[in-house]
Amino acid sequence: MSAAILALALWLGLWALNVWLATGPLSNRIWARMAVPLLFGITILILWEIAVRALQVPLVILPPPSQIGARFAESLPILWGDFVQTILRGALSGYAIGCGAAFLTAIAVDRFVFLQRGLLPLASFMAALPIVGTAPILVMWFGFDWQSKAAVVVVMVFFPMLVNTVAGLAETSAMQRDLMKSWGAGYWQGLVKLRLPAAMPFIFNGLKICTTLALIGAIVAEFFGSPTLGLGFRITTSVGQLALDMVWAAILVAALAGTGFYGLVALIERGVTFWHPSQRG
Amino acid sequence: MSRAGPVIIFVAALFALWYAAAVPMNIREALTAAEREGVAVQPDTAVERRDANALGLVLANPGQIPDAWAQDRPRLPAPHQVAGELWQSVVMEEVEGRRGLLRSGSLSNRGLLLHAWITLSATALGFVIGAMAGIALAIGIVHSKTMEKSVMPWAIVSQTVPIVALAPMIVVVLYSVGLQGLLPKAIISAYLSFFPVVVGMVKGLRAPDAMQTDLMRTWDASGWQVLTRLRLPASMPYLFASMKIAVAAALVGAIVGELPVQGGGLGARMLAGSYYGQTAQIWAALLLAAALAAVLVAMIGGAQRLALRRMGGAA
Repeated sequence: MSAAILALALWLGLWALNVWLATGPLSNRIWARMAVPLLFGITILILWEIAVRALQVPLVILPPPSQIGARFAESLPILWGDFVQTILRGALSGYAIGCGAAFLTAIAVDRFVFLQRGLLPLASFMAALPIVGTAPILVMWFGFDWQSKAAVVVVMVFFPMLVNTVAGLAETSAMQRDLMKSWGAGYWQGLVKLRLPAAMPFIFNGLKICTTLALIGAIVAEFFGSPTLGLGFRITTSVGQLALDMVWAAILVAALAGTGFYGLVALIERGVTFWHPSQRG
Repeated sequence: MSRAGPVIIFVAALFALWYAAAVPMNIREALTAAEREGVAVQPDTAVERRDANALGLVLANPGQIPDAWAQDRPRLPAPHQVAGELWQSVVMEEVEGRRGLLRSGSLSNRGLLLHAWITLSATALGFVIGAMAGIALAIGIVHSKTMEKSVMPWAIVSQTVPIVALAPMIVVVLYSVGLQGLLPKAIISAYLSFFPVVVGMVKGLRAPDAMQTDLMRTWDASGWQVLTRLRLPASMPYLFASMKIAVAAALVGAIVGELPVQGGGLGARMLAGSYYGQTAQIWAALLLAAALAAVLVAMIGGAQRLALRRMGGAA
């Protein structure tokens, strides 16, 4: 009972602080803008901790955040091995190959009207399909190691990236293209100096969507067979051992990797498309 | 014709490529089977064939190419084998099977229709939960600045977390509190479908410009009236566009959620196929999932046209 009151008081207090920070006189400071979501996250964590302790939730259902943190800190070497196997070997190599291939295909699609009419409808159909279902087939073809995970990632990121890049290459107006022509620019000059830069917001949109897809593909593919390390392997085996704190620690690694990967792409985007209205805000 | 022509050519090319790729993929198994039946094959021991190039094997044994399209457990089933498996497990199983629809009055658990139904119901439930939660959160975000600033960054972070990592755990946790069956999968579906709806609806609810909101204010409209008469109608195009993305994501969530559950569904069917080497079964389940996705997206598109027409828009 007292725990419930404590939790309620904490929630109200921190929420009031948040309201004051978000709408009060300090709301334009940079640190205040960072602090608001952080405070919200910390509130949730504290409430989680109080709820688990007060209700005496068994460990196999939901471990408290403090214990997940402790388990994360003490099994860093294992988790690092999983991170290298799943993220660096599986997801990143597949991401690079898939996005690169999609980019080149998009330029070919943009160059030839025939490809545009024939390939593009198929590609936008494929982009909506549950491609993750090809994971068992690709694991069967490429074996249990990271190559099959990279293959799943390639297939998953290819179509969203292709669709986004093609949409971006169509972004320039007829006036702009005519201007390039009146300056005597050939196809390649028009592509490199006008249309690729104009396509960058779309390309980065695709790249950002694909960061999440790459991690999903690499982890799901491990459910269908993997060597004895990797985040997907760690999660499935730890669930089997009812070591839920280890599962949450692995999820924490995946979350950190996903957020970091996304943040990195967003940072590069800010540098490349500094001119776009959404970045100047 | 001029628009469909290139698409038809591409689909035909895809099938030709599929048949061509099936030959080197399956040639080893075909040669092993032929050797057992006493047919002379080029490198005549299995060890030599294991080390040989698959394309070289095809060139050395052109007579075995038809066999490569007729294997029982091929590495890559030919299109007609997948079509046969689909026909077998969707139609024949219900018409002729002992547990089929005609004999027992209910869908057979060996047929694909029952599994597709299980996946579809989890997808639909998850999509409805996710879309409702997404719309509610978007309304909250548009009306409360604090809520926007504290929740929106976490909504974005939550999408960079590979949700499927949570799938087995959500299932275990809900099982231990006595929930099983549809709901765990639906929660994963809901989680995946909720984010596109939030983003689309926040954009849509903010679509009316200052002139329109000012006009509502001169009519002394309350916040609720502005929401129901201006913001919600204005957000409909955004809502439908994001619901198309969300429903496809919900299907992926349901399929992934079925992997650890083993309670039936297209995902469980794929996992079973991969355990027992029944590749045609995996491909059939995959194609049915693809058809399901196409139908769901088309249904949202139909609802969009209906809604826009009733609202008097140019649909």
